[in-house]
Amino acid sequence: MARVVVDVMLKPEILDPQGQAVANALPRLGVDDVRSVRIGKRVEIEFSGEPDLDRAREIADKLLANPVIEDFALRVEGEGEQT
Amino acid sequence: MSPRIGVVTFPGSLDDRDALRAIRLSGARPVNLWHADSDLYGVDAVILPGGFSYGDYLRCGAIAKFAAVMGSIVKAADNGLPVLGICNGFQILCEAHLLPGALTRNQHLHFRTRDQHLRIESTSTVWTNAYEPGQEILIPIKSGEGRYVADASTLAEIEAEGHVVARYLRGNPNGSQHDIAAIRNAAGNVVGLMPHPEHAVEALTGPSIDGLGFFTSVLAHLGAHV
Repeated sequence: MARVVVDVMLKPEILDPQGQAVANALPRLGVDDVRSVRIGKRVEIEFSGEPDLDRAREIADKLLANPVIEDFALRVEGEGEQT
Repeated sequence: MSPRIGVVTFPGSLDDRDALRAIRLSGARPVNLWHADSDLYGVDAVILPGGFSYGDYLRCGAIAKFAAVMGSIVKAADNGLPVLGICNGFQILCEAHLLPGALTRNQHLHFRTRDQHLRIESTSTVWTNAYEPGQEILIPIKSGEGRYVADASTLAEIEAEGHVVARYLRGNPNGSQHDIAAIRNAAGNVVGLMPHPEHAVEALTGPSIDGLGFFTSVLAHLGAHV
């Protein structure tokens, strides 16, 4: 199946309280060498034909990510990452 | 004839009824607008109410910005139509780029519902001209994603231009940058705020009637212009 994977992450300068909450729970697992945890979203888009990176980029830019606070990266599954 | 003020109902809107009621109590005529209908029916102002439009499924306001009615509102707002976004409505205005910045998850991750003190900082907007500069008001807040953020240059510009309309007083409920509770556009016809003025228009149900000023402000503006 033709599939484009989009990873959406909060920009580095945007506070991620969800990631912080996870990081703060790690000592309870006995993990004490993690400096930070950040949480994002992975979106898988399946086209009916060939995977269309340009369309996928437009979808990511207009809908999946809010460019004010988030960055995204996309790739055709099985290939390297493109931004 | 009194001005007609529209309130958009999206799937998942919660506070559209209270907004319509507040409009009526202030002396204007409330008009129901529907998310899938691009016609604004000639209203003199529009309110985007609180709630969880489209379930907030992707991000708050992200899907609502593509609603048919939003295309008309963005166009009309650029031509000076008064638009007020309350809570989810504020999130929609930011997603639609009618206002800068974004609303993100509360810093402490808790949904916060309480009566909130605010200081009105900008009274030259269509929606806040009934207040005194620096006036303190008390209206409810109820949100989980109300923390206003913008990049450093945007924030500096908002502050320099005096585009902060209200700030949280006596405790920031969500970690909002610069204690920002409400902002405006340059023209002053578009305002977004996280707390709920429409829940503070009657002594019986609100902590005050301090919210009424948002509605009487737009009436005063329209009285002078319609």
